[in-house]
Amino acid sequence: MPQGGNTGRSGIEITRDLTIPKLFLERARAYGKGKVAMREKEFGIWRPVTWQDYLENVKHLALGLISLGLKQGDKVAMIGDNRPEGLWAEMAALCARGVAVWLFQDCLMDEVKYIVDHSDTRFLFGEGQEEADKAIAIFDDCPRLEKIIWDDPKGMRNYHEDYLISLKEVQRLGKALDQKEPGLFEELINQGHGDEVALLFYTSGTTALPKGALLSHWNLLSMGRNLMSVDPCFETDDFVSYLPFAWIGEQMMSISCGLQIGFTINFPEEPETAQENIREIGPHVMFAPPRLYEQMTRTVQVKYLDASWVKRKIFELATKIGYHVAELQFQKKSVAWYWRCLQWLAYISMEKKLKDHLGLSRVRYAYSGGAAMGPDHFRFFHALGVNLKQIYGQTEIAGISVVHRNGDIKFDTVGVPLPQTEVRIAEDGEIISKSPSVFQGYYKNPEATEKTLQDGWLYSGDRGFVDEDGHLVVFDRSKDVMTLSDGRPFSPQYLETRLKFSPYLKDAWVIGDEREYVTAVTCIDYSVVGKWADEKKLTYTSYPELSQKPEVYDLVETQIRQANKDLPEVARVRKFINLYKEFDPDDDELTRTRKLRRAFVEKRYEEIVAALYTETDAVHIDTTITYEDGRKSHIKTDLPIRKVSV
Amino acid sequence: MALEDLHMYFGRVGALAGISLEVSKGEIHSIIGPNGAGKTVMMNCINGLYHPQRGNIYFKGRNIDKLKAYERAKLGIARTFQKVEVFGGMTVLDNIRLGRHIHLRSGITSGALYLGKTAREEIEHRAFIEAEIIDLLEIEHIRDKPVGMLPYGLQKRVELGRALALEPELLILDEPLAGLNLEEVEDMARFILDINEEERWKVTCILVEHDMGVVMDLSDRVFVLNFGNKIIDGTPEQVQNHPEVIKAYLGEEDLYATRR
Repeated sequence: MPQGGNTGRSGIEITRDLTIPKLFLERARAYGKGKVAMREKEFGIWRPVTWQDYLENVKHLALGLISLGLKQGDKVAMIGDNRPEGLWAEMAALCARGVAVWLFQDCLMDEVKYIVDHSDTRFLFGEGQEEADKAIAIFDDCPRLEKIIWDDPKGMRNYHEDYLISLKEVQRLGKALDQKEPGLFEELINQGHGDEVALLFYTSGTTALPKGALLSHWNLLSMGRNLMSVDPCFETDDFVSYLPFAWIGEQMMSISCGLQIGFTINFPEEPETAQENIREIGPHVMFAPPRLYEQMTRTVQVKYLDASWVKRKIFELATKIGYHVAELQFQKKSVAWYWRCLQWLAYISMEKKLKDHLGLSRVRYAYSGGAAMGPDHFRFFHALGVNLKQIYGQTEIAGISVVHRNGDIKFDTVGVPLPQTEVRIAEDGEIISKSPSVFQGYYKNPEATEKTLQDGWLYSGDRGFVDEDGHLVVFDRSKDVMTLSDGRPFSPQYLETRLKFSPYLKDAWVIGDEREYVTAVTCIDYSVVGKWADEKKLTYTSYPELSQKPEVYDLVETQIRQANKDLPEVARVRKFINLYKEFDPDDDELTRTRKLRRAFVEKRYEEIVAALYTETDAVHIDTTITYEDGRKSHIKTDLPIRKVSV
Repeated sequence: MALEDLHMYFGRVGALAGISLEVSKGEIHSIIGPNGAGKTVMMNCINGLYHPQRGNIYFKGRNIDKLKAYERAKLGIARTFQKVEVFGGMTVLDNIRLGRHIHLRSGITSGALYLGKTAREEIEHRAFIEAEIIDLLEIEHIRDKPVGMLPYGLQKRVELGRALALEPELLILDEPLAGLNLEEVEDMARFILDINEEERWKVTCILVEHDMGVVMDLSDRVFVLNFGNKIIDGTPEQVQNHPEVIKAYLGEEDLYATRR
């Protein structure tokens, strides 16, 4: 296993004594006013924040927290969209020797309450009115919560609770403390040690309540260094931060790597404008869960259907060339000169423009992680000339431990371990790993810690094997592997990603563990199928209605047939049902990172599963669904079951 | 703002028969009444689209009977329309900019040459639009889209944005919620409150609306109009308990319970 040195790309030595705040202070002093640390698009203009501004904001915020009574090891929670203030709050909490806890911005009240209460949070940073409302609602149930800090004044004029305080006010307190005790900030930072806990990170958990993983400064920084030694970034790079900070992947890029390299972090104007803003920035590196890449693929496929004949032909030709060249590269064969010429033609006629529209024109590395990605999507991006790589890792190892190397990409694997990282397969097939980034344990959960952390080895709960090239192949969560009727193990996720390559299908859930045959529950993509229905002059008023149209069933059937092709016969989907709603994290059907919670949906849709394995052609549904604003609606319908001949 | 004994006839049809209304600074004053009661006519009289046959209109103590619509706009009276009246082929930003036109100081020559002063002025106005209007109404994502392509709910928002660009002191909202879905209604109601209460704006609003739930929640005072005649002008509680109002307009319970 290759061993990396201790010196990162930046020339900064990552030692056990180094902390994120120490690195931050050093960076900010070195760059000062001369370099932009982050940008946020606000009021239609990209507004830069220099390292000097970054430092001052964090300094005053950190001292403000101290004067509010923050002690070493106290938890500071953050919730809200990606914005500079969010990162300042996190950095300030770390500088003041606190521990940062991030929540997903779309967390429901119960989840917020659970995490804030379980983590013993004393200070909660919210963005604006929405977060303040959530915090006020749970305030009485969380006895340790003391202050709620907000930064967006919109709609806050009628809030007079004395535990609410604005970010500016906290900074003012900090400024006053700085004048009284100059040097306190630096002193606090110098007291820190790399083995101290920096983040308390709640894992999304496909199975149970979220668990809080404790990650030290050393965990995070060594992870960043090891990743950067494989895929170097540069301080002139741009990165767009738009995925939730409560997802370890975003922490990894913005903090673990970003601080070491010093690249510029860009924040979109609003979540709705993210795609546009990414295009404006053209990031050099990006890391996203497969869902986002799937979304991009779907966008392209839909636009393709819309385009004129000539454009469609050019696209078809160019992708054909792209696929061929990508295939040669996957097989590590040399690409002949005439193919290179054709590829260049494909590039100038189509790829260049398409990549620009997707914001991928400057991307050097695009990582996909967090869940399995289908080979079809993978091929698609490589055919476009995007260096898409799988990564594998978990929150408990500070993000990632295994990644594809340039020029050594196999789309059914997740690559080879990072430097200083050892990955082995335990006797029962479980993937276990060891590295400086392995976490400290779960907060207030010794049983889970004991199970996951044995002799410094992290037990992932995933099954897999190492192939002849040393690449790690991940099956699935151990409990998610299904056994087909002929006894062979099979990954339902693989089937699901195949189904999801169809632009019409947003989600799929494949059933078939120890059953006679394989079936699927599908969720159509409302906008794409809606558009298709418009063209076909089909009338519909809502998702439930559209999803149950016989024509839509026909459409889904053809998509399933397509996916069934070149699958072994036992693995083909024989029957399917179109669900009357989309899977939603608010209904606990998906995790916040949008992974299917298999055990949960199996229980929730018991009747559907049962009906798929009996000789009926419809299943009666009588259920209540709750909308985001709390309204409830009763659904009473018969879902047809469609057979797919194989 | 005050109307005094307003009479308006179309031929021999009486639309307003001696209406008096007083709107105090800073309040949300709603006008309700059945279809054809004369609500829109009243609004058209206030902003100068119609000139009533009899009666006086005062704004900030000044008689504005003789002023034309654009002159009243300059005084700070803005409005939105029942059916959106936006420029479909122009972008959201351009539509809002148009509302700002009245505040442009530089003349044609300077504008054509785009001299320093004009450029500076333009930047100031643009900053105002971005910071105060687009941010308030949350329409960042559609800034550069042609309005005609947007869904109805967003078009209504754009229209409100254009009215706000005038920086009005009095804003007439003619059925701002008609045709919106529940979520859009909630958003729009919040915007109206923001405009009325936020330190930056403090705009007096006249709200013509059929959605009784929203009217009763938002209004400081409610004026009930029925075929050109005033029934009552009072607080939402007074209006809800007024027997004639219940008979003539609110009627059965479910009318009040709209969208609840």
